[in-house]
Amino acid sequence: MEIDVKFFASLRERMGRTSDKVTLDGDTATVSDVWSQLSSEPIPNNILVAVNKEYTDLTQELKSGDEVAFFPPVTGG
Amino acid sequence: MRVVVQEEVLDPYKEIEHHEETVLESGKHGGVVSFVGTMRDFNDGEDVSAMNLDHYPGMTEKHIEQVCQEAMDGWDVMDVLVVHRVGDMYPSDPIVLVAVWSAHRASAFDACRYVINYLKERAPFWKCEVTKAGKKHWVEHNSKDPGVAESREKAV
Repeated sequence: MEIDVKFFASLRERMGRTSDKVTLDGDTATVSDVWSQLSSEPIPNNILVAVNKEYTDLTQELKSGDEVAFFPPVTGG
Repeated sequence: MRVVVQEEVLDPYKEIEHHEETVLESGKHGGVVSFVGTMRDFNDGEDVSAMNLDHYPGMTEKHIEQVCQEAMDGWDVMDVLVVHRVGDMYPSDPIVLVAVWSAHRASAFDACRYVINYLKERAPFWKCEVTKAGKKHWVEHNSKDPGVAESREKAV
């Protein structure tokens, strides 16, 4: 399956890119599997996850075409 | 309900006036409570000279709308307007406007506080500050309003 990935703020700078595409083998995959394809380091503790623009966590199962975003704590307002 | 995320300079009082003239029915509301967040020239003991506000187009608007809907469901309010800036800004620039119209003041005060608190907690925006010395750094966390827990219990 193909997953669109986005990074924001300090994590975007750390990853050196604003977006990426990940291809995973098999019919089932989680957000955690996507991260493993992107980096050999574990995901930093404070990083938040969204799938299709809704907050979720690393255990969420994905389907092809999903948009997964990784970003640090939000600081608006 | 109206939610806008914009790069253009924000004039909060003109936005309130415009909303009242174009959207609200004259004579029906008993008051408007507004919160205007502006940029400080200091943060965590450092002088700040500029700031860039990043966001996640689509997700940001969606989450502000959800918070506004919760406020409209939780209190007896007539309308909510939120305008939030993104991009480059400077000290004293308005960053965000939350305005809530209601028949009576209590629900407008409570709902306005709810919207700004949960917007800060949930809407994906990120502040990157530039200090007077020219150093750039991402703001790690927002300060918490001690009233935030109470207002969620009331609304949800």
